[in-house]
Amino acid sequence: MKVQLIKRSQPSNWLALTSPLLALALTMVAGAIMFALLGKNPATGLYTYFIQPLLDPWSRDQILVKATPLILIAIGLAICFRSGNWNIGAEGQYLIGGMVGATIPVLFNTWDSPMVLPLMLVMGIAGGALYGAIPGFLKAKFNTNEILTSLMLVYVAQQFVDWLVRGPWRDPDGFGFPGTKSFNESAVLPALFSTWDAHYGAVLAVIAAIIAWFVLSKTLKGFEVSVLGQSERAGRFAGFRPAAMTIFAFCVSGGLAGLAGIAEVSGSVEKLDDKLSLGYGFSAIIVAFLGRLNPLGIIAAGIVLALTYIGGEAAQISMGLSDRAARVFQGLLLFFVLACDTLIHYRIQVTAGSASAARAARAEGAG
Amino acid sequence: MPGNKQSDETTGACQSVTQATDPLLGAPLLSPQVPLVEAIGITKLFGELKANDSVDLTVQQGEIHALLGENGAGKSTLVKILFGSLQPTSGSLRWLGQPLNVASPSEARKTGIGMVFQHFSLFDALTVADNIALGFDSDVSLSEVAQTARQVSVDYGLPLDPSAVVGDLSVGERQRIEIVRCLMQNPQLVILDEPTSVLTPQEADRLFEVLFRLRDEGRSVLYISHRLEEVRRLCTAATIMRHGKVVDVCDPRDSSPVELAARMVGGDIADVTRAERDQSGPIILEAQNLSAEAATPFSVRLSKINLHVHAGEVVAIAGISGNGQGELFAALSGEAGVTGAITCDTLRIADKDVAPLDISQRRKLGAAFVPEERLGHATVPQMELSENVLLSRHASDKDTLTSAAPIRRKFTSELSAIAKRVCDAMDVRKGTADPVAASLSGGNLQKYVVGRELDRAPKLLIVNQPTWGVDAGAAAQIRQDLINLAEAGAAVLVISQDLDEIFQIATKIAVMSDGQLSQAEPAKAMTRERIGLLMSGSDDADGTNGARAA
Repeated sequence: MKVQLIKRSQPSNWLALTSPLLALALTMVAGAIMFALLGKNPATGLYTYFIQPLLDPWSRDQILVKATPLILIAIGLAICFRSGNWNIGAEGQYLIGGMVGATIPVLFNTWDSPMVLPLMLVMGIAGGALYGAIPGFLKAKFNTNEILTSLMLVYVAQQFVDWLVRGPWRDPDGFGFPGTKSFNESAVLPALFSTWDAHYGAVLAVIAAIIAWFVLSKTLKGFEVSVLGQSERAGRFAGFRPAAMTIFAFCVSGGLAGLAGIAEVSGSVEKLDDKLSLGYGFSAIIVAFLGRLNPLGIIAAGIVLALTYIGGEAAQISMGLSDRAARVFQGLLLFFVLACDTLIHYRIQVTAGSASAARAARAEGAG
Repeated sequence: MPGNKQSDETTGACQSVTQATDPLLGAPLLSPQVPLVEAIGITKLFGELKANDSVDLTVQQGEIHALLGENGAGKSTLVKILFGSLQPTSGSLRWLGQPLNVASPSEARKTGIGMVFQHFSLFDALTVADNIALGFDSDVSLSEVAQTARQVSVDYGLPLDPSAVVGDLSVGERQRIEIVRCLMQNPQLVILDEPTSVLTPQEADRLFEVLFRLRDEGRSVLYISHRLEEVRRLCTAATIMRHGKVVDVCDPRDSSPVELAARMVGGDIADVTRAERDQSGPIILEAQNLSAEAATPFSVRLSKINLHVHAGEVVAIAGISGNGQGELFAALSGEAGVTGAITCDTLRIADKDVAPLDISQRRKLGAAFVPEERLGHATVPQMELSENVLLSRHASDKDTLTSAAPIRRKFTSELSAIAKRVCDAMDVRKGTADPVAASLSGGNLQKYVVGRELDRAPKLLIVNQPTWGVDAGAAAQIRQDLINLAEAGAAVLVISQDLDEIFQIATKIAVMSDGQLSQAEPAKAMTRERIGLLMSGSDDADGTNGARAA
């Protein structure tokens, strides 16, 4: 028996829609196997991970809190990836965005004005965009590998923010804990409802998704993104400039990561501390692909991935599973998403008998 | 079984009828009665596609046998099966009457089958001897290889310096390395895939002498080509393939090229006609002293290109590919950018200085461009034909397509209408109403790509390799369309490797060689020999250098 991948003459539209669901199902199967190997009941495990958080109001609130930065970052990554630029450093742009936005409440702690919050958000976007522009510019100008440069800048950002909150920006009344003073009222992104943790960042994420969807699918700029992502030469032929697109994509992606950062700082933590880097920038890569690089799909994908975080915490408490299990789930999900995407362009053909068996049969017939 | 008995007999015959010995390599030459190689009922499936459908091929000993067919007819598949790089789905091979099983190219070489590929597999940074030695067992010393290579090259009149670095050699010389490497294995069957596509006419003549020599030694040659004149000169037998099947086996000398072409294509090909008048209008494209630095180590430097194309003219640029044609196309279209790497005294389209303008702005002046590569350059492979309209026309057709706002929804219906108009006008055959570009066959996609620009009624059309890899029917249609465009008053610049095509459509011909362009001369005054000389860079200095063309 021989299993072959045969290229389809036209990509399958049906599979393009269902492949994320297929990937999700396969992740569940693999997860069940993992639970069994760990000596846990697979049914309980999957229930704790994927169903229970949805039934509990507190967990639903937390899912929204985690989904917000994931969705914002993933939208930017989707634009970047579609244009053929591989920004792996969203985590760093998220940190710098949070840090730059936080300069206002940190340096002007007593400034109380309705201008504060919008200014913080704009500065967060600008900070992330400028930090994202560094690998973009290096690629456009010197043809450096943006995967490496953007990734390495994450570590720079982590160390820099860590130094700030332990050093010059540390709250003198904070008992020596790393972190700034808590922001005053006007610098806090309000919660959606008075008892919730989820804040208006979730609304910003949905608005960003709708705008990004519109730009990508309905405008000439979106066409330019797809053309340059699929074929740089065809893009040059069309009169589009690949170098300009690289910088544009990195700025947009960095800006959205920066917005996610400042929304997290201002809406969730309400100060800048050493625990801002939670890996959202990396998990958002999974969200972007699970959402098929479509901003609307990314909203759903962000919620699914947030679910694995919250479910992971629940499983840690009630089943005694390591929090690494949640990471394994995310890894499995990305693996299956990419694997299932193959089926959009290829179909599987199973033929009985290998080529050598067929030759042997022929030789027998001749002899 | 009868098959068994026959092979026993032939084996016996082989041993007893050894008549002659190759003077150089000591190989026994065999009786000419038994076919050297036979393919019987070869079928090869690629998914659902039948690349070969019960193909039979018989090559006699001491014969130059042509394998004719259009692109996609299944020639390459058949040859790869003979050479062991593909395994047939069904069917069998025979070698001197005995069943033959070639599982890999190295087994094929051991059997006595050698192949010279269209695309060379040589390392530029190594010497000729190094490259040849790579194909041999490691226990043969480099000096031995060099010695044998020198001897073979002298014996066959293929001058080659084993110590030369491949990167410094011309395409013709590189092909010689491949041929020498192949001959050193002492093959009984030499397969050549489109060998003259990279040669000047003079180099091709030299190659033919080598092939005749091989034939006289009793070896066989399987010669793959679509150049019918060549095949009639060289070959005494031809197998013609179409759509994966053998449609005819004949002696090509008994048929005219037109008859052979008709059999290849499976129908008559429309003749390309040109009105015999020499009316040319104002200069539309003008380049003076256009130079461009090589952008990468693999590209060619353009030096002091002078070129004028008048309205109503078809100016053709002949030349072997890789002599700067792609770079010239990029410089003229504006794709190369407007950076300091390109310098010129004058670069004008329709009386406007276009040196600082990009490709979109040049298009707005009425220029249209068709690059060589259909997929990934002229089109985005996974985008629909309608979206691909936008690719080259979003700027030039701004008024109708992108209107006031850059909102794509507004023009999707317009794009579909244009795509449909182009497909109808060019007779593009497709499976669905608006397929992705990659799903079209080469000929159909080329018709679409040319039609997309013709639909704009451009003042200037620059085409690189308009019919490369296109079936004869589509090629004739495209050529006629280019002529018609010029007769309607546009200026047409065609960059092509195909001399037949150039003589069919051009009013003036210039030749490109190593980044330099000869002066354009009237097509009627040009001969293949003169083009060949210019291709090899040896302008015979007829005193016209420096004079302005037309």
